[in-house]
Amino acid sequence: MDLAKKLGLDDIELNYGTVKTLGPFIALVLLFILATAINPAFLSAGNLRNVFARTAFIGIIAVGSTFVIIAGGIDLSVGSMAAFISGVMIIVMNAAAANFGVGVTTVVIGIITSLVLGFLAGAFNGLFITKGGIEPFIVTLGTMGIFRSLVTYLADGGTLSLDFGVRATYRPVYYQLILGIPVPVIVFGIIAILSTIILNKTSFGRYCLAIGSNYEVAKYSAINVPKVRTITFILQGLCVAVATILYVPRLGAASASTGLMWELEAIAAVIIGGTALKGGAGRIWGTIVGAIILTLIGNILNLTDLVSPYLNGTVQGLIIIGAVMFQRSGSN
Amino acid sequence: MEDTLLTTKNICKDFGPVRVLDDINFNLNPGEVNALIGENGAGKSTLVKIISGYHKPTEGKLFLEGEKLSLDNIAEGEKKGIVMIHQELNLAPDLTVEENIFLGQEKKKGYLLDEKYMYDECQKILKELNCDITPKERIKDLSISNQQMVEIAKAVRKEAKVIIMDEPTSSLTKEEVKILFKLINKLKGENVGIIFISHKLDEVQEIADKVTILRDGKQIKTGAAKEFTENQMANLMVGRELEDMYPEKPVSENKKVVLEAKNISVPGFVDSASFKLYENEILGFAGLVGAGRTELLEAVVGLRERTSGQIYKRDQEIDASNYIKSIDNNIAYLSEDRKGKTLLTSKNLPFNLTLLSLEKYSDPFIDKNRELKALKEAEEKFEIQIPNYRLRADKLSGGNQQKLGVAKLMEAEPEIIIFDEPTRGIDVGTKQQMYSFIKELVTKKNKSCIVISSELQEIIGLCTRVIVMCDGKITGSLTGEQIKEEIIMQYATGLKGAV
Repeated sequence: MDLAKKLGLDDIELNYGTVKTLGPFIALVLLFILATAINPAFLSAGNLRNVFARTAFIGIIAVGSTFVIIAGGIDLSVGSMAAFISGVMIIVMNAAAANFGVGVTTVVIGIITSLVLGFLAGAFNGLFITKGGIEPFIVTLGTMGIFRSLVTYLADGGTLSLDFGVRATYRPVYYQLILGIPVPVIVFGIIAILSTIILNKTSFGRYCLAIGSNYEVAKYSAINVPKVRTITFILQGLCVAVATILYVPRLGAASASTGLMWELEAIAAVIIGGTALKGGAGRIWGTIVGAIILTLIGNILNLTDLVSPYLNGTVQGLIIIGAVMFQRSGSN
Repeated sequence: MEDTLLTTKNICKDFGPVRVLDDINFNLNPGEVNALIGENGAGKSTLVKIISGYHKPTEGKLFLEGEKLSLDNIAEGEKKGIVMIHQELNLAPDLTVEENIFLGQEKKKGYLLDEKYMYDECQKILKELNCDITPKERIKDLSISNQQMVEIAKAVRKEAKVIIMDEPTSSLTKEEVKILFKLINKLKGENVGIIFISHKLDEVQEIADKVTILRDGKQIKTGAAKEFTENQMANLMVGRELEDMYPEKPVSENKKVVLEAKNISVPGFVDSASFKLYENEILGFAGLVGAGRTELLEAVVGLRERTSGQIYKRDQEIDASNYIKSIDNNIAYLSEDRKGKTLLTSKNLPFNLTLLSLEKYSDPFIDKNRELKALKEAEEKFEIQIPNYRLRADKLSGGNQQKLGVAKLMEAEPEIIIFDEPTRGIDVGTKQQMYSFIKELVTKKNKSCIVISSELQEIIGLCTRVIVMCDGKITGSLTGEQIKEEIIMQYATGLKGAV
């Protein structure tokens, strides 16, 4: 048999499949063209930096959600978790400032706090789901309320503000440019590359796909299903922690409204990117494109008078529905 | 003919090119129990599905009370008075007895439900049937036998003339069976005709007036139940020539035990079963569907929870609390459910091949070239026909999927291999390949195998020793000349060896 054929190089289905696979990317390019046509200021370095830096928060969280969703789960708690971690970070850093001053030590303490909390919050979700045998939707709906109310309690209904001295030290983590690229974008890029490798090149990534694809087959293939699922939630928690580390220096404050609706934006980014909501198939680059598309919509609406920026949610919603319709087309 | 309730005339049914029913002339009189018996796959289910309107016959006609019947669906069959009670009961567990009995046919008064009427009616039927259930009880709070009563009450309310019972006793205790039989006798008194499908020949003998025996889609014999002994029924159900499908059996004088299971219990399926697997043997597990074979062996490898029992490998007790540990102990299990448990149908071939042994291919990153190489080796070794290496697993034919499943299992390099229905739904040629492959494992590769099969010839042709199960218990262990269809059937139906 012809080798090219065996390797599927002349697969007839390839063409339509390719268009579908590249769908989110094509949509992104079209949005770029549209944005430039509407307002050439869109392509200014300042605006692009702004767009990508904003994308970084949702994007990093959405990378974690990609693993969770591919393995057949869902995490609704990420927005509240980000708010909770922000709040605790600020309290810890303010306390540390009293002992260690306003230097790098205090910021590092804050960063470690964030990562530890992210890990614990993810493990909490994951273990209740796997050991407790409760659906991810329910557990994370519960923790969504818990984290949100904890931050409200810590802030006493108001706002937690970071010490001004610490804020000055911490500020570059969001505002600094390295080779003209904002730090959050660089971190986002690194996470994107790492997670792509994890998903596509390691057995863990394979196991996530297998579990989401068919739980029973995974079990009959001697995969430690509870462990893998728990790790996806821990990864999600760590991604939230990293996003929070980048987010806190931006405003230097946390309140009950921090990270509101982030869970939905993260899930939307994953879905727009072509990952199946029922799990079993997905890709990191798609999620990244999905996150950029979501931010772009808001940005474009801000740059034009044609549609009110208040309709941002409407446009996003239509895009999500349209994206899924496109992905499902022809699959029946 | 006048007094006949239901007749089938020359019924044939083809599924694609396969003829599953051939010229069936089944006859049921009012107030009669006609037992339909036969091996798995003999065509019993297909026949009752045709009678109840689920399938249309390819050829032949159906008559109810002398009138020609042409049913398009089950609902039509029920309207005519033919009601089927499935093995898996069809009740809404959270609704009450009364709500279930009237489900879909609620009596209304204006726009509202006529609750009083339905309650009274339900009470009346339950009383007629002499069962102590009340209309307001929830189905999930009832025992299985009482749930069955509700199914029968449903049939009675629909004024069924023909009731088909598919293995009604499979999940009942002896006491519950007695209650069911009392009820059947009562229905007989009301001139209802009953088609009774069962594997349990003693029960058939007890309750049936007439017996119809099917084998390979053909009607082998019909006669009064009194005319047959249980042994004769068992013989008529089987009794085929063995073809040269099977490789010569390996001779194994080896008496070293490689695997031993002691007192394994799985609630509802297996009752304190113990067995030994010797080195280099092909040990068959025979029995009827529902005998607990799959459940026992899944429990042995940790895929199913067991409430008691120990597993020993070469006289060492091993922890088999989950399948990962069994694989670490080089014990592998191939499920009977190819598409639901063995392969990820939407994933490509290398993905499937290496899933069980992925660590071998990751260092720490998965080496896709090695995976492809492994697939090429498997293609050759297991003679898998692969048109394209990137194909999704569901694009392969059943036989090739099964070979891929075996290849996946062998990637883990197991020492003890359990095959559950290894040839289900695959063509004869592939079956033969599978048999010689299994033989090769024990003769050349120094492996020990267990084969669960519901096809008796397969067990007889392939296995060096056969364990027979009935109702969750091991009833016999046969070797040499004892491995015969009649003898296996006697143990499988509980005629022999029952405790």
